[in-house]
Amino acid sequence: MEGTLNVVGYGIAALGPGLGVALIFAAWITATARQPESAGITRPMLFMGFALVEVLALFGLVLAFALS
Amino acid sequence: MTDSAQVLAAGSHFPPGIDSFNFRDWFTGLSDTALANVFTTLTFSVWLSVAILIVFFLWAYRKPQIVPTKRQWLAESAYGFIRNSVSIDLLGKQAGVRFAPYLTTMFLFILVMNFWAVVPGVQISPNSHIAFPATMGIIAWLVYNWVGIKKHGFVRYLKITCIPPGSPVFILPLLIPLEFLQNILLRPVTLALRLFANMFAGHLILLVFTLGGFVLLNSENLFIQSVSVLSWALTIAMTFFELIVIVLQAYVFTLLTGMYIQGSLVDEH
Repeated sequence: MEGTLNVVGYGIAALGPGLGVALIFAAWITATARQPESAGITRPMLFMGFALVEVLALFGLVLAFALS
Repeated sequence: MTDSAQVLAAGSHFPPGIDSFNFRDWFTGLSDTALANVFTTLTFSVWLSVAILIVFFLWAYRKPQIVPTKRQWLAESAYGFIRNSVSIDLLGKQAGVRFAPYLTTMFLFILVMNFWAVVPGVQISPNSHIAFPATMGIIAWLVYNWVGIKKHGFVRYLKITCIPPGSPVFILPLLIPLEFLQNILLRPVTLALRLFANMFAGHLILLVFTLGGFVLLNSENLFIQSVSVLSWALTIAMTFFELIVIVLQAYVFTLLTGMYIQGSLVDEH
């Protein structure tokens, strides 16, 4: 076996943001299914929440490279 | 043309790393002079992005008509999208129109820059080097801070950004440093890092599947060799996924810049 443990670390670090992004989209789908007219109002919030959570996973990716 | 193309030809160096993002000078004679890293695929695509945007908008608005022509419609809908659905939505009618040109320029520039990630022959976005997103992050930082300081004055602007309304006094010693860190120092960092890391990861994923296909093809076993087709099919699928990321990241960058400006322009509570 060879390689770096950073990869395993990144895999674990991606779990949280993965769940977070899933929750955000699930909430948006539920909201849109209940009230389709609200899709336009909530879409910017969806993307903002998505971006704020997604960046955590990307921090992990950058750090996995930066610390190697 | 590029180093990654050479890597492809060599078929070696499989786990792609940070080296895959280093680009050779076009003119090898310049490598040891002050002009090293000036003429590369990356700088070329940055200049070409700027040229495309300037030429397209000058060309589209050469003879503006009331019933728009096709090219005028394209330019107007690109501007109108950011102006109406981002700028005016976030900032209100007056400030929204004022900041629409800045936000639209930012959006289209990032969009075109990101788009190089899927253009055959280039297939790397300049934004996968931290320098370009960092510059745009700093510009956004200067804009929203300057706007806020101009409207409220320095001390009141700091008070608005660092003290959330209605927070009890005993928690303020904890809250003020955190809010300062988050709202003044870390915003440009996250803004730049988000764009950078997305394009970095996108390029890396494409490299993994493309080069992985070659590694599989070079193996001795026939069954493993045939899997390389699957790897390349995934490259194509990931290229389409990249297209979504490209547009989304340009939109998110613009949206967040707009929200930061909104936060600076908010009236005192």
